[in-house]
Amino acid sequence: MIPAAFDYHRPADVASAIALLQEHGDGARALAGGHSLIPMMKLRMASVDHLVDLQDIDELKGIAITGGKVSIGAMTTQNELITNDVLAQAAPILREAALQIADPQVRYVGTIGGNVANGDPGNDMPGLMQCLNATFTLVGPDGSRDVAARDFYEAAYMTEREDEELLTRITFVAPTGGYAYEKQKRKIGDYATAACAVQLSKQGGECATAAIAMTNLSDVPVFSEAAGAALVGTACDAGAVKAAVAAALEEIDPMEDNRGPVDFKRHVAGVIISRAIERAWSRA
Amino acid sequence: MSKMHIQLKVNGEDHDLLAEARELLIHVLREKLGITGPHIGCETSHCGACTVDLNGKSVKSCTVFAAQANGAEITTIEGIGTPDALHVLQQSFREHHGLQCGFCTPGMITRAHRLLQENPNPTEEEVRFGMAGNLCRCTGYQNIVKSILAAAAEMNAAKEAAE
Repeated sequence: MIPAAFDYHRPADVASAIALLQEHGDGARALAGGHSLIPMMKLRMASVDHLVDLQDIDELKGIAITGGKVSIGAMTTQNELITNDVLAQAAPILREAALQIADPQVRYVGTIGGNVANGDPGNDMPGLMQCLNATFTLVGPDGSRDVAARDFYEAAYMTEREDEELLTRITFVAPTGGYAYEKQKRKIGDYATAACAVQLSKQGGECATAAIAMTNLSDVPVFSEAAGAALVGTACDAGAVKAAVAAALEEIDPMEDNRGPVDFKRHVAGVIISRAIERAWSRA
Repeated sequence: MSKMHIQLKVNGEDHDLLAEARELLIHVLREKLGITGPHIGCETSHCGACTVDLNGKSVKSCTVFAAQANGAEITTIEGIGTPDALHVLQQSFREHHGLQCGFCTPGMITRAHRLLQENPNPTEEEVRFGMAGNLCRCTGYQNIVKSILAAAAEMNAAKEAAE
């Protein structure tokens, strides 16, 4: 499988990359790790005339944690997320989720920026970023703007990002309390049949805050405010978990595909959400 | 869509070649450089038969353009051992019957080689998790894991003896 011919560019800074995207319009695509885009190009399902490889752009790299704020460059690989001990202290849910993405070879190359910007409903990071209430920084010809992860996704592969913009950085406040990323998949390396990110805090035996978001259960990641609200003020007992799961299931819209029919996916989602809440609570 | 100059250091040897931007690294290695150890299995980033070491990372060379690897250092199975001087891992795969048809073996050993550099003393579970990107259709996983664990033990013993 060999893709159609294209011109390859390797700009050294963000401004040059944006200039290329602007110059070539629809025919240009930014390349991060390439493990979503290159397979699509090989199948000739993605047509690209100009490939803009971001690997040399230092501004897009690195993880910085200052004053309780985590900032992750878009070109940070899943493997770098996993092996960064400071990040694992500040936001352990990232390592837990990244370890459940694809396989070792893919994680050495696949990036967090590609994962969140692609808009594939199967990607794990979008739901996680909604759970953490992260902000995506988009840089384009007219400068930089910030978009909340919770407002970024419009439909499958459709996001707030304009064609000539680059998603450069992801920032969020380092979470406190308990966390869990639970994922059901058919085999190691697969996309989720259902996955759920939970981050919650505990005060005086009661749940003080809770954020719950789900992966691959709609054409966009699903952040359920109602599910989180169902836990706040409770001791995360069986009744509260059941109410939160019911609220979360209200907001999903899975489609039948080779991972199963809708009823099965709803069943799996319920199991995964409840496991994620219970595990996060046990760590809070 | 003219051809690009691409420089690769493969198994310690410098190469300067012309390739189209759309040429995948696996095709350049096999067809332009005659390095046929890395195999083309699934061509869809799943099976790991095409695994090579690129700047110290295990990658599937069917999902990397040669242009992306321009300037990189690459190690393939040919750079790990030779028929006359097998690497400990290769010897171990032979002794523990870590292969049947052998098609996945170059990718398996190239990946295991990196895994043991990052984690010289893995548990069985860590080996299985670390090898999850490599498939063997002869279903020889038991012996592959056994081979890697035995190689790790041998490499550690040799290191200790040297100290």
